[in-house]
Amino acid sequence: MKRTTSRIGAWVAIIVGSAYFLLPLAATFLFSLKMRRDALSFDAYKVVLTDPQFQATFSYSTLMAVLTIVTGILLVVPTAYWIQLKLPRLRGLVEFITLLPLVIPAIVIVFGYLKMYNSSALLPLTAHERSTDLLLVASYVTLSLPYLYRSIDTGLRAVDVRGLTEAAQSLGAGWGEILLRVIFPNVKSAILSGAFLTFAVVIGEFTMASLLNRPAFGPYLQLIGANRAYEPSALAIIAFLVTWASMGLIQVFAHNGRAKPKTA
Amino acid sequence: MAFLDIKQISKRFGTHTVVHDIDISIERGEFVTFLGPSGCGKTTVLRMIAGFEAPTTGAIHVGGHDITQQSPQKRGIGIVFQNYALFPNLNVEQNIGFGLKVRKLPRHDIAAKVAEVMKLVELTGKEAHYPHELSGGQRQRVALARALVVEPKILLLDEPLSALDARIRKNLREQIRDIQRRLQLTTVFVTHDQEEALTLSDRIYVMNQGRVEQHGSAEEIYTRPETEFVARFMGNYNLLKAAEAHQLLGMHIDGHMAIRPESIHVLATGSHELGTFEGVIRRHQLLGGVIRYQVESRGVQLLVDRLNRNAADLMPVGTSVRLQIHGDDMRVVR
Ligand SMILES: Nc1ncnc2c1ncn2[C@@H]1O[C@H](COP(=O)(O)OP(=O)(O)OP(=O)(O)O)[C@@H](O)[C@H]1O
Ligand SMILES: [Mg+2]
Repeated sequence: MKRTTSRIGAWVAIIVGSAYFLLPLAATFLFSLKMRRDALSFDAYKVVLTDPQFQATFSYSTLMAVLTIVTGILLVVPTAYWIQLKLPRLRGLVEFITLLPLVIPAIVIVFGYLKMYNSSALLPLTAHERSTDLLLVASYVTLSLPYLYRSIDTGLRAVDVRGLTEAAQSLGAGWGEILLRVIFPNVKSAILSGAFLTFAVVIGEFTMASLLNRPAFGPYLQLIGANRAYEPSALAIIAFLVTWASMGLIQVFAHNGRAKPKTA
Repeated sequence: MAFLDIKQISKRFGTHTVVHDIDISIERGEFVTFLGPSGCGKTTVLRMIAGFEAPTTGAIHVGGHDITQQSPQKRGIGIVFQNYALFPNLNVEQNIGFGLKVRKLPRHDIAAKVAEVMKLVELTGKEAHYPHELSGGQRQRVALARALVVEPKILLLDEPLSALDARIRKNLREQIRDIQRRLQLTTVFVTHDQEEALTLSDRIYVMNQGRVEQHGSAEEIYTRPETEFVARFMGNYNLLKAAEAHQLLGMHIDGHMAIRPESIHVLATGSHELGTFEGVIRRHQLLGGVIRYQVESRGVQLLVDRLNRNAADLMPVGTSVRLQIHGDDMRVVR
């Protein structure tokens, strides 16, 4: 008797929870199909996808995301590796630092940047578009740090970092070779899941891009949302799909990673 | 100067000194074992030889060169770990070829050398397997092959067999010794298993609490222990306290008297030779080819081993026996 009630309770929770997420999504999706008066159609999607501005901003954000991922990985993997190998006592501190971007609002960070790197500053990064892009990538690296660091650190913990390092050293490998041939390949799935998470974070990011005045996808979303009726819904669905595709890929790679045990 | 010469090295972690001014010298081609209980500093000494830890004081020379400050990459010293430490992302062939690839050898040279060493450790046919697809014994062979293929000046083995079960352990240790002889490879083997040390080694360093208690050939260590610790650690020595030695043999000694169970003779009853003494069997235990008796004599308990030739040899509990110990089988130890 008690078990049945608790099972019913669980189902109710699941249904309510799913409805909470799925109903708005379904409504948005439905709305996005109603651009034509008389029938359901994908016209809104056609309009959005053929909008040159969509293509430009989406490619720009994708490029920024890729640069962010590459920079982030090059920064985080060696750092997390070194901390695990040589400075395990600093782990708590570093973890705290990497979590700061979750606590400090993006707007605070970007105002800091604008103050530090404005055109009359010592390092006037915002004076040119390309150098502003650098700043934007740097800010995205910061934003994605909590996700990237966590997943890579977790990946490293599943590997016998010290044993593998010492084995490689005794075989004559230098630090570069150890990172490239031993550490990177063994945390590949962790790196990939961190990368997709980063992609999902960066692709729709608004605050940084908008305040640094870069033509990114986030500000474009906002612009369309404020001025059009059906297209924003279509965009929302597209953004949603991109994000979920990233999440799905994380699952795929995490699963592949697990299929091959990391200990030997 | 010996090929591997360790002079007065010590190691301190914080305030805790785990290795105290140890001297070790090993000749080219020798198989030397560091033997001692858990925590006595064997791994620490090995890691200093490999270059993973820097000695707090002292120096390490290989072939006349001081390598104390050299990085592990440059030392050319191979190491095999207890937990294998194989690269999980590489298959057997790639694992073994790792050191050669790092040395930027041409691909066909790598393949040839890898194939040769795989034959040596009897792994041929497993090239494409990944570490997680291998048994413990096979993994350790891969680790051994990986260390051997780069032709190290010295091979270090840190309890390479202790994660394996008894049969594979014996098999693999014979193989290691065989390969070592064939390659004339200077080898340092770490273990806490005295049987392993005795069967494998040219020489043994017995370690205790960060110090070398005694070193010498396997025979020397086994038959002529110098300290109470070594006598205890090497096997089933009867260790008599000074008072017991006096009680049993009428001798005045400093320290302990060490007598091996197999060196105590059981004489026919009725024999009254000089230097013999009476005892009563209190217990016996069958150890395969040997029967171990616990004999009480003049209030002292002694272990006495006799060959187990046939069932009629067994002497029942309560039997009176006459025992004899030759003077050179009694060792006074510190
Ligand atoms: N990095 C370290 N920091 C602090 N203490 C250490 C460190 N490495 C080893 N020790 C200490 O040094 C002592 C010797 O350790 P070591 O690993 O050399 O012993 P061992 O003889 O190899 O033992 P076992 O047979 O258990 O492997 C131990 O008391 C250990 O706790
Ligand atoms: Mg050890």
